[in-house]
Amino acid sequence: MILDLKKLKLRSVNEKLQNIDHKKNKREFVISNPEGNHAVCAGLTENIDVTIKGHVGYYCAGMNQNANIIVDGNVGTGVAENMMSGKVHVKGNASQSAGATAHGGTLIIDGDASSRCGISMKGIDIIVKGSVGHMSAFMAQSGNLVVCGDAGEALGDSLYETDIYVKGKVKSLGADCEEKKMSKKHKTKLKELLKKAGSNIKPEQFKRYGSARKLYNFNIDNVSNY
Amino acid sequence: MCGIVGIYLKSKKFEKSLGGMLSKMLVSMESRGPDSAGFAIYKSDKNKIYKYSICLNDMSFEKFKNEIKKKVKLTNVEKNSDHVILKSVEKPYKILPILEDFSTISLVGYGKSIEIFKQVGSPSNVVKKFNLDNFSGTHAIGHTRMATESAITTDGSHPYSTGEDECLVHNGSLSNHNNLRRKLKKNGSKFSSDNDTEVAAGYISDSLKKRNLKQTLNKGLSDLDGFYTFIAGTHSGFAVLRDEIACKPAVIAETKDYVAISSEFQAMAHLPNVNNAKIFEPEPGIVYSWGE
Repeated sequence: MILDLKKLKLRSVNEKLQNIDHKKNKREFVISNPEGNHAVCAGLTENIDVTIKGHVGYYCAGMNQNANIIVDGNVGTGVAENMMSGKVHVKGNASQSAGATAHGGTLIIDGDASSRCGISMKGIDIIVKGSVGHMSAFMAQSGNLVVCGDAGEALGDSLYETDIYVKGKVKSLGADCEEKKMSKKHKTKLKELLKKAGSNIKPEQFKRYGSARKLYNFNIDNVSNY
Repeated sequence: MCGIVGIYLKSKKFEKSLGGMLSKMLVSMESRGPDSAGFAIYKSDKNKIYKYSICLNDMSFEKFKNEIKKKVKLTNVEKNSDHVILKSVEKPYKILPILEDFSTISLVGYGKSIEIFKQVGSPSNVVKKFNLDNFSGTHAIGHTRMATESAITTDGSHPYSTGEDECLVHNGSLSNHNNLRRKLKKNGSKFSSDNDTEVAAGYISDSLKKRNLKQTLNKGLSDLDGFYTFIAGTHSGFAVLRDEIACKPAVIAETKDYVAISSEFQAMAHLPNVNNAKIFEPEPGIVYSWGE
């Protein structure tokens, strides 16, 4: 079913996709002419396939549960923010705060993601085939961030338990983020994540970064890092 | 908030439709800036005549026309709503003091190619009022304002022009504008408002005496403190800069015919061939410039 945003109101398209009767309705949808609209496909809860043909604005696929959403274009700030489950695949570039605070699901970005990618992520797997900007994985709590390109300044600042894998250069690490050993367990996990994104890059080419766990509790010696 | 938009044409193909393109961009940024709007448009300048963009405020057009005729050797005075474009062969050093004597009007910009129009009200009303759709030109910059640090007035509206054929629009706020204003005043710069962006414009004008636009904005990275995405225009140049933290958004679309920039992609969704454009976010702390 094609939903044309030039003819239909954004709210009616979102309402339709949010209220799928899974016994009756079709499960495949195409949204045409998104024209940079905000909050396209926000709050979907059913296991449906939606392809968005074109560039979208902020908070696309926000709070997603179960749905499989493909964006054939670029996305604005906060794609898949607070996603719980499901899959969001961006074929172009993403603006800042991609996958912010998301608890689960998979976010794949074929291009670059700008600053604060995976900020405060809480369990999502994010795979970026290009590079990420500054302050990525800031205060990230769990889940995995895979970057096939380079990472900007202050990667993983104030990190908790997210695993970060970067293939290219890291401009600088944030407070309490350090390079970690890549064990067999991590290589297996990374291989699985790369496979999800259709990439056959060898896990050996990546470095792993994680929390040094020095800022978990207040320590006067670390006061300048807080 | 605030919305900023700009187009720099790389070929002549869209010169006639430049006003229409910018107008739609401004209107779609109304949600980011409903308080006032303005635009600067650069036209080719074959006849070497100076143009002075003036907001009449409360003065009537007839009265202004009669009074200015007595003082300046005129080529033309064109009325556009409450603005006037005064065209004269006289150089700015002669005209500017004469215009300063009119206490009620505001000079919003001058130069050989630039024309500036700005007013309080919603962007859709402002573009309609000045008939932006009918303008042609080579490059243009616009702004929709959500007022934060100074009042909703014509003087508080963008673009700011503080030098010949120069203009600046800004999304963000500067934190060191009072100090910088004092320094620039000592060097002879003049300011007509308390607005932070006017100070950045004055800083750019002052620096352009010694540097080109790209060098100026690079220097601005260390001298201007605060949040900003800037679009700056000169006679033949066009540049974009985001502060190093990049809190304020910007997206660029580039094709073989034009470069467009706006706060959000939706402002560019109507542009010709935009879906095949190279679309990217300007990186923080990097000056992007065209022309010059």
